[in-house]
Amino acid sequence: MTLTLDPAVPAGPLETKWTRYRSEMRLVAPANRRKYRIVVVGSGLAGASAAASLAELGYPVSCFCFQDSPRRAHSIAAQGGINAAKNYQNDGDSVFRLFYDTVKGGDFRAREANVYRLAELSVNIIDQCVAQGVPFAREYGGLLANRSFGGVQVARTFYARGQTGQQLLLGAYQALERQIGLGQVAMYTRHEMLELVVVNGRARGIVVRDLVTGAVTGHAADVVVLATGGYSNVYYLSTNAKGCNVTAIWRAYKRGAAFANPCFTQIHPTCIPPSGDHQSKLTLMSESLRNDGRIWVPRRSGDARLPGAIPDAERDYYLERLYPSYGNLVPRDLASRRAKEVCDEGRGVGPGGQGVFLDFREAIARLGRQTITERYGNLFEMYERITGQNPYDVPMRIYPAPHYTMGGLWVDYNLMSTVPGLFVAGEANFSDHGANRLGASALMQGLADGYFILPNTIGHYLGGAKLEPVSVDDAAFADAKRDASERTDRLLAARGKKSVDVFHRELGRLMWNACGMSRNRENLRSAMERLPALRREFWETVSVGGSGTDLNQNLEHAGRVADFLEFAELMCRDALEREESCGCHFREEFQTASGEAKRNDQRFSYVAAWEYAGPDCPPVLHQEALQYEAVHPTERSYT
Amino acid sequence: MHLTLHVWRQPRGSRVGKFVRYEVSHATSDMSFLELLDVLNEQLLASQEEPVAFDSDCREGICGSCGMVINGEPHGPQPGTATCQLHLRQFQDGAELWIEPWRARGFPVIKDLVVDRSAFDRIIQAGGFITARTGSAPEANTLLVPKRDADTAMDAAECIGCGACVAACPNASAMLFVAAKASHLGALPQGQPERYSRTIEMVQQMEREGFGSCTNHAECTAACPKSISIDFIARLNRDFLSAVRQDAGPPRMEKAER
Repeated sequence: MTLTLDPAVPAGPLETKWTRYRSEMRLVAPANRRKYRIVVVGSGLAGASAAASLAELGYPVSCFCFQDSPRRAHSIAAQGGINAAKNYQNDGDSVFRLFYDTVKGGDFRAREANVYRLAELSVNIIDQCVAQGVPFAREYGGLLANRSFGGVQVARTFYARGQTGQQLLLGAYQALERQIGLGQVAMYTRHEMLELVVVNGRARGIVVRDLVTGAVTGHAADVVVLATGGYSNVYYLSTNAKGCNVTAIWRAYKRGAAFANPCFTQIHPTCIPPSGDHQSKLTLMSESLRNDGRIWVPRRSGDARLPGAIPDAERDYYLERLYPSYGNLVPRDLASRRAKEVCDEGRGVGPGGQGVFLDFREAIARLGRQTITERYGNLFEMYERITGQNPYDVPMRIYPAPHYTMGGLWVDYNLMSTVPGLFVAGEANFSDHGANRLGASALMQGLADGYFILPNTIGHYLGGAKLEPVSVDDAAFADAKRDASERTDRLLAARGKKSVDVFHRELGRLMWNACGMSRNRENLRSAMERLPALRREFWETVSVGGSGTDLNQNLEHAGRVADFLEFAELMCRDALEREESCGCHFREEFQTASGEAKRNDQRFSYVAAWEYAGPDCPPVLHQEALQYEAVHPTERSYT
Repeated sequence: MHLTLHVWRQPRGSRVGKFVRYEVSHATSDMSFLELLDVLNEQLLASQEEPVAFDSDCREGICGSCGMVINGEPHGPQPGTATCQLHLRQFQDGAELWIEPWRARGFPVIKDLVVDRSAFDRIIQAGGFITARTGSAPEANTLLVPKRDADTAMDAAECIGCGACVAACPNASAMLFVAAKASHLGALPQGQPERYSRTIEMVQQMEREGFGSCTNHAECTAACPKSISIDFIARLNRDFLSAVRQDAGPPRMEKAER
C-alpha cells in the first residue's frame, strides 16, 4: 500500500474554511503564470469554465475535446436547472440549507467541507452566468425566476427554459472561445486522451490521438485537469451522449489515481422507455416535469384500459402515497426504485410493462395549457417526436435510466487526485454528491469546480511545487505514446466476427442486471466471473476494421468499450464490498421493513478509494473516513 | 420497413466522393434516423465493408453534432427537428432516400457525412461573447432584464450550431447562425457595451470563412431544427448598419495591446 488519502480539509469552522483557506493559499505572480502550461481535458461545464478562467489569469492552457467543437460537450443536454442558495423566494433558503439538502440527498456519503463550499459558491455562479449573458428565466419585473426540484422544500433552481445546461455551457464556451481568440488557449478538437504521463510521481502531461489523422502525440504540462464527465455508458443504454466514456479517468487510474465509489451511479426516474432492440440511447425527460406531473400506475396489475378510462380511485399515485410531504418530488433514487417496484409487481404500463405514467391532466386543468406549454413546451415536443404520442392528451410513459455517476476519481479538498498535479473536476471526480445527486446540482458542481475552485487551488499547487522541466521527447512520453499506439494497433489487428456494438450491448445488459437499480451478492459475483471472459472474447472475436490513419469511429468506440470492460469489474467489486444500502446503491440484502435503503454508518461511513495494483492483481481498497461535524447522519426520510 | 439508401461516400476531403446504394430491410418506424444508419453500419461491418462516418453525440437534438441532407433537405422533412430526433415514421415503407453531407465552402468534408464546422467556432472567437472575467460579476439581481428581452434572447440563444442554415442556403450563408448569437447577446443589457463591435467582427469573420450573404430565401429558418426566426437576420443587418455608421469595428483595444 503506497497510497495515502489525505483529504486536506482546512481547519476551522465549516462556514469559514474556504474563505480562510483562500487567504492563506500560495499565489503565483501574474508575470510568472505564463511560465506554466496547464492541460485541460474535456470542454463541458467544468472543463470549459476551468480553461477559460485559468487562461484569464494568464496561464497558457491547452484544452482537448473529442467532439468537433467544445460547445458540444454533454453538459449541453442538461435540461432542468441549476441550484443556488440565493433565497430570492424568501422561502427560508440559505447556504446551510442547500449544504444540508445536498449532504442528506447524498445519503451522508459525501465530504462535508466540500459540500459546504459548493453551497457557498452556488451564489457566485449565478452572478457569473448572468454577467456572461446566460438568458435565465425572468419574472415580469425583470428579476430572476426560480422553480423547485426533487428532494428539497424550497424553490432555488434557476433555469433557461428546458435548456439550462445548453445556456450555461454556451456561456462557458464563449468565455473559452474568447481566450482561444486571444491566443491564451490552444484548443484541440477531435482529440481523445489515451494516456496520462506521470514523471517522478507527478502528472506532467497527456498522450492524445488526433481522431481525424490518427496521429498520436504527447503534450507536456505542469498541471493536468481531467474534466471528462461520467461513465453511465457502461450500461450501453443511458441518457449520456454516445461518445461519453470512462477512458480518460480509467487511464489515469491505471497510472496511479485512486478511483472512488465507482458503484455510485444514478438512475434517473423520468426517461422515455426503450422502444425496441435498435435503441441506441435513452432520452431524459427533465425532473422539472415532476413539479406539475403526477406519477401513477393502475392499482390492479394487468389493467389494460387506456389511461383516460381509469378513474382516479383505481389509480395508485404511489409516490404521493408513500412520501406525502415530498410527493412526486422525492429524490431520484427513491423515485426510480419505486418505479421499478411497481413494474416488478406487474403494474407497469406500455410495451413490456416497463413504464409508469407521468400525467399532466390535472396541471393542465389547473394552470391552463398555455402555462404548461411555457414551462415544458420543448419537452412535450421532444416526447412527441420520439414516441409519436401527444402528452397534452395522453400521459407520458416514463421509466428509469442510467443518467449520472457520482463515483469518479478520488480528489482532496483542492480537487487534486492521488497523483500530484492531476486535478479532476465535474462529474469525472467522485464529487460532492455522495451516494445520490439531487437534481440541478451537477451544473452547480461543474461550474463551482471550474470557475471558482481550480483557479485557486491550481495556483496554490504551482506556488508550492518545485517542478523540473519536462519535454515530450522524454522517455515517459515515449513510453506512454508507445502504450497508446500498441493498444490501437491491437484493436485494428483484431479480425473477428462480432461488432463492437454487440459487445457494448452485452456489457450493458450485464451491468444493468447486476449493478443497476438493485444489487445483490449473488448477481454481483456472477457478473465479476463473467467479465474477464467477456473481455477475452472481445479481444479475440471483435471486428474493428478500417485504418488507423483517418477518421475511424468504430476504432474510437472499440477503445472505449475495451476500457468499459475493464472498469465494469471495479464497479461490481465496489458494489459487492459495500454491504449496506445507501442512496442509489441498493443492496437487496440491506433494506428496512418499508423497503428503504438501510445504511450502516458503523461500517461504511467512508469513501471507498480503489488503487490500481497491476494487470493481474485485485485493486487495493483504501478508506477515507467521513467525519460529520455540522450534521448528524440520520435515516434519510422523505415521508 | 424496407428502405433504399443512397449514401454519399467520400474517403477523405481530398478524394472524390460518390453516392453508393444500400438496402436496409429490417427498419422499424420507431427507429430514429441515426439508428437506421447504425443498422446500416452493422450490416456493412458484417460484410467487411467500411461503415459510414457521421457525427452524432447526444442524440437528443441539443448538441448539434449530427446533421445530413436527406432528400435535399437538411435534417430531413420534419420541421424543427434535428436528424437524431427524426424518426422513420416520417417516411413511407419502401422509400428511397438520398443522404449527403452539408455542402458549403465553409464546411469542407472530412469523410462521408462528416464535415469540418470549425469556422463556426472562429466566428464566436471573433466576438460572439460578453467579456465578463470570472469573479468580477455583480450580484445577479442588481441587473433587471425585462421578461420580453430575456425571452427574445432565449429564442435566439437556442441555436445549436449544427450548420443546417448554411447547408440550406443557396448562398451558403451563415447569417442565421451569426444573427442568432448577435441577437442573443445584443438583446440583453449585459451585451450592450460590445454590441456593435461584436456585430462587425462576427460578420467579418463569417466572410473570411467563405460563407455567402443573405438574400432572403429563408431556407435557413425552414431547415433550422430550433426554428430560429429569420427576424434575427433583420436585427443583425440593422446592428451592422449602425455599427458601420458608428465606425465600431476592430481593432479592439485588448487585441491591439497583445
